[in-house]
Amino acid sequence: MKISELTKRYDGKTVVDAVSFTIPKGKVISLIGPNGAGKSTVMGMISRLIAHDSGLVDFEGKDIGKWKSKELSKRLAILTQSNSIQMKLTVRELVAFGRFPYSGSRLTDEDRAIIDRAIAYMELEEFQDRFIDELSGGQRQRALIAMVIAQDTEYILLDEPTNNLDIYHATNMMKIVRRLCDELGKTVILVLHEINYAAFYSDYICAFKDGRIAKFGTVEEVITKENLSEIYRVDFEILNIQGKPLSIYY
Amino acid sequence: MIRLSRSTLILSLALLLLSVGSLFVGVIDLTPGALLAGDLELLEIFLISRLPRLLAILCTGVGMSVAGLIMQQLCSNKFVSPTTGATISSAQFGILLALLFLPTSTLWSRAIFAFVFAVLGTWIFVWFIQRIQFKDAVMVPLVGIMFGNVIGGITSYLAYKYEMTQALSSWLVGHFSLVLKGRYEIVWLAVPLVVLAFLFANHFNIVGMGRDFSKNLGVPYNVVLFLGLTIAAMITAAIVVVVGSISYIGLIVPNVVAMFKGDKIRGTLVDTALFGALFVLACDMIGRVVIYPYELPIELIVGILGSLIFIGLLFYRLKHGRKAIRLGGGSGCCQAPTQLEGGSAL
Repeated sequence: MKISELTKRYDGKTVVDAVSFTIPKGKVISLIGPNGAGKSTVMGMISRLIAHDSGLVDFEGKDIGKWKSKELSKRLAILTQSNSIQMKLTVRELVAFGRFPYSGSRLTDEDRAIIDRAIAYMELEEFQDRFIDELSGGQRQRALIAMVIAQDTEYILLDEPTNNLDIYHATNMMKIVRRLCDELGKTVILVLHEINYAAFYSDYICAFKDGRIAKFGTVEEVITKENLSEIYRVDFEILNIQGKPLSIYY
Repeated sequence: MIRLSRSTLILSLALLLLSVGSLFVGVIDLTPGALLAGDLELLEIFLISRLPRLLAILCTGVGMSVAGLIMQQLCSNKFVSPTTGATISSAQFGILLALLFLPTSTLWSRAIFAFVFAVLGTWIFVWFIQRIQFKDAVMVPLVGIMFGNVIGGITSYLAYKYEMTQALSSWLVGHFSLVLKGRYEIVWLAVPLVVLAFLFANHFNIVGMGRDFSKNLGVPYNVVLFLGLTIAAMITAAIVVVVGSISYIGLIVPNVVAMFKGDKIRGTLVDTALFGALFVLACDMIGRVVIYPYELPIELIVGILGSLIFIGLLFYRLKHGRKAIRLGGGSGCCQAPTQLEGGSAL
């Protein structure tokens, strides 16, 4: 996926300004930055949820807006934080929606097998007939990931997947993200607030500031004292733990 | 599979029994024996009045509850229904305009007016609630009720001004006493529309999950939203133009069924339709028996029973949150996957 000169304005105010970068395949890429830096808007534009004003999102040789929505939904999945579910659906019914782009309302035996595997992969077998509004936040998040796995897309986009989760569930979510990439070969793009999760679990980091890319590169290239201090405007110290640059701010 | 078919089976059986029974309740003594004996006069009553009345009741119950189910799912708000979504009052407004501008109008031309206005009214309401994101879910039906009352106010004003109140009153309070062969058949339209709703059930479910969720699965949000609303509004209008306004059914029937069976439309639509028909039929029979040989309008009975059930629902929600009622404890767990498979087989 190649993004060039991507721009978005709201009411005359430019929130994303000529952003260009190329997303490497089969890696975990985290978008970080302060509030209002434009990372979620960029995520929205590269997932066709938000229309861009100018620039190009080249997805497999074609602009994202020119893709048929149904075809795109077989190649790219997006989970946003607005997916707060009030509906009384069972986990299995939710996961089954992941097959909708392929089979519509008529599930085939193959679809059912894929749904079973997705539920098993997320270790949700014992919950599969429970209603999602009765689950904990962490279980619900896992159910949504299972749906995305059933959707069987090459690209998975997650907007703040650790939001509203406690440390245990948030860390588990990041481990799941890593497995999606390492075991299933997905390209995972995340918007994260937690810099250390980004540093520990991603391959590449794209740091935003004021609607522009401040730094894009491998974790080691981006997570440095100078870069972070400049982006977040607070003092940082970088520690090296398990070979990863983890940061402390104060 | 067993559990799914059991609730459906019980409802179907109860409906069948009550339907047959209702055919023999009325001012003129009509018994199955006399009918079989070949009494032509009684047969005529049966075919002109009793049978059409039963069919109208069934279509009304099925139609109103399914229209309510669709609207609640699409707006993802349990309090939205044809009554609280301004659909019924818009349909009545349409009928009044037909009476005013086309004094010689037939049932069909009135129906077309009702269709157009019901659809427009519902669209405007949903467009409005989409524009303003309400923090509290209860605000949505309140706005709907207010909007409905504004339309109702305009309707009443026009009716007063042009001395149409008497003509209009027949559509304001729902009743089945004027249902006769040859002047109720529009209500049958509810049946193909309900079938259409069943075909798009999963689309409605997905749209109910939100705009981003739908887009992610390649479902065109706006198209499905307005298609669903149109279906619900058309069902409602077809019923209002024949029977008049019947409140509460679209609100409570889907809620009661969802408490037992969840929100997956494919799994609940048949039961919702059956339960709706059963509820209206029971209310109609009560209305026919209470002050026999006269009858009370169905709207009155439904209003009393409906408001009681609605208060009960609210109290249940307050006490138990959104927890579902599980029949038979742990065995409730084997209900959902069969819904899924049973749904696609249907």
